[in-house]
Amino acid sequence: MAGDLVIYQEEYELLESVLRRLRADSNARAIFLIDKNGQQIAAAGELDQFDTTSLASLTAGNVAATDGLAKLIGEREFSVLFHEGQQDHIHISIVGKRAILLVIFDDRSSLGLVRLRVKRASGEMETVFETMASKAAVAEETGETASPFAEITDEDIDALFSE
Amino acid sequence: MAFINYANREINCKIVYYGPGLGGKTSNLQYIYDRTAEKSKGKMISLATEADRTLFFDFLPLDLGTVRGFTTRFHLYTVPGQVFYDASRKLILKGVDGVIFVADSQVERVEANVESIRNLDENLSDHGLLLQDIPYALQFNKRDLDNVVSVEDMYRSLNFKREPTFEAIATKGYGVFDTLRAVAKLILKDLNRGR
Ligand SMILES: Nc1nc2c(ncn2[C@@H]2O[C@H](COP(=O)(O)OP(=O)(O)O)[C@@H](O)[C@H]2O)c(=O)[nH]1
Ligand SMILES: [Mg+2]
Repeated sequence: MAGDLVIYQEEYELLESVLRRLRADSNARAIFLIDKNGQQIAAAGELDQFDTTSLASLTAGNVAATDGLAKLIGEREFSVLFHEGQQDHIHISIVGKRAILLVIFDDRSSLGLVRLRVKRASGEMETVFETMASKAAVAEETGETASPFAEITDEDIDALFSE
Repeated sequence: MAFINYANREINCKIVYYGPGLGGKTSNLQYIYDRTAEKSKGKMISLATEADRTLFFDFLPLDLGTVRGFTTRFHLYTVPGQVFYDASRKLILKGVDGVIFVADSQVERVEANVESIRNLDENLSDHGLLLQDIPYALQFNKRDLDNVVSVEDMYRSLNFKREPTFEAIATKGYGVFDTLRAVAKLILKDLNRGR
């Protein structure tokens, strides 16, 4: 389907390495790159400490609601959200057009440091997204579909629900 | 819009349950949650009011196993049905791959069903999507009640494009998985057709 987000091994590894570096440079607990629709794209850090699927969905909901608020008062978007807790804090920012970067950090880091490192990493990730977009455009042009399900059958799908 | 990850061999799709307030959307998700094995589901999140009405959305991630070597994951969302939550409903439709419309079969909800489908059509088009094109299934819920409209009459007033249509009793689970399976099938087939 046109507009599907397709990610290949090469770009996935690039994004993961940007996230790992960002996590080390910013002293963060964990970093998540999330599609604006609520699906996790990649992550780094203390992942087993968090319910990553729920985090992705709620973060996207949070950004969507905040975007809605921005439009209501005539802003295009609020590019950064920051929530401060007792121990852990979260920094949410938009990367490119369709991704959200979520950084979870505690007092081993600081808002200033996170903000600085996020800025640099975002630039690198945008470059990767551009590569992904041009690959997708080429695939579209050559009529090469991205779907791994070219010959999917009704039986395949029924098997998913067999439990 | 689905998310296909070749690195992890994963595919993620988003399904939204739409329909008038109190029609049984949350009940559909709750039943699916209750009947799905621990390893195949994530946490169900309900952003609800004190009185248990959906405020923003319910969310349930389902991991249904593999198709052609790809782990297939469906993210199920419900919208808040009350008319004044329209801005929230619109947000939740963003990036949707398929919609299940849960209609309330009670006589007094005929108007509310029609109005909600009209609202769905309008909100989809704000995202550049057409109800005509997207994977879509229709559910006539609450068939266990006495004051229900006949299936024929409901079909006549609500069916949009001969979409797969199911009778249901969401609280008891009747029809719940049939509806989900129908829309999942349409989504996976749609992926390889391309638009
Ligand atoms: N009798 C009956 N009640 C139902 C059925 N499905 C849902 N309900 C009830 O209808 C009310 C609203 O359901 P809910 O799932 O919260 O609706 P939502 O607003 O669409 O999310 C609840 O009290 C449910 O128990 C059904 O099939 N039969
Ligand atoms: Mg509800």
